[in-house]
Amino acid sequence: MRRMTPASAFLLGVRALMPMHLGVVPFGVIYGVVALQSGIPPLAAFLMSSLVFAGSAQFLLAQLVGAGAPALLSVGAVGLINLRHALYSASVAPILHALPRRWKLLLAYLLTDEAYAAAIPHLIDNPQSPTAHWILFGAGFALWAGWQLATLAGVLLGAQLPSGLDLDFALPLTFIAIVVPMIDNRARLAAALVAGATAVLLAPLPYKTGLFAAALAGLGAGAFIGEKR
Amino acid sequence: MNWLPLWITCGLITFAIRYSFIALEGHYKPPGWFVRWLPFVPIAALTALTVPELLLVAGQFNMGDNPRFWAGLVAIAVAARWRNTLLTIGAGFAALGLLRWLG
Repeated sequence: MRRMTPASAFLLGVRALMPMHLGVVPFGVIYGVVALQSGIPPLAAFLMSSLVFAGSAQFLLAQLVGAGAPALLSVGAVGLINLRHALYSASVAPILHALPRRWKLLLAYLLTDEAYAAAIPHLIDNPQSPTAHWILFGAGFALWAGWQLATLAGVLLGAQLPSGLDLDFALPLTFIAIVVPMIDNRARLAAALVAGATAVLLAPLPYKTGLFAAALAGLGAGAFIGEKR
Repeated sequence: MNWLPLWITCGLITFAIRYSFIALEGHYKPPGWFVRWLPFVPIAALTALTVPELLLVAGQFNMGDNPRFWAGLVAIAVAARWRNTLLTIGAGFAALGLLRWLG
């Protein structure tokens, strides 16, 4: 186990997240543009990024509001699309167990796909480290700051980024870089294959519910084969 | 201003989902199957997010005429061999650029 100061743990989280900004920043700018096109006022579009703070859910919410969908449907859709975050919550819960409540509230607010993905390899390496939560805070804060600035830019500029740059490909590539080295036994390979295949098969389901079902299928497959301890 | 209550409600739902198990930790004993499932969360969830990005083009399954699929395979191979984040991202973008240039 490495000894880390809070500052070095925070910076480790920030650094782990930085490559994802290649994909997140254009996504945030496009969100700002799409929200304005849906008829949402600029201030409301920008504030959604801190009040909801969930990329794909914000796109969906902006589109539903623009289409005049009932509020209850919008709330339900946002809940469904973010359901996978419950898995991240369960995954980091043991690591955050001993922290004061203000830390748990803060880190729960910052618990996105990207922050979880960036921090989890380091959290697995340092589960007992007294500064492990600073890694998650660093990754979460870096994503939060980038997302706020990117959506602000989208709202202010209101112009499309040049398309065809493929910058959004940075996110799947970063997830590959994080996941592939974790696959070091048959159970983990089964979890990945089943989750990936199920996600493709269930992609037509509304509100990305297929993602949550696919993750559950992968968990079940991995646990069924079982890891040798 | 009718958007503000809706934003806050959606934010609270999202926060409640993210806080759920963090808040519960220590107040209940999770069942054994749940504990056995947890170590697979990063792999299963992140793979479920990634694979459709590689295999689907506008919602349709597409392998042949899909540079992102082949560039993704290159990235997977590089990640498996060198376990380096920036190298993996660089190789994926390089492969994608090359395929787009050739195609």
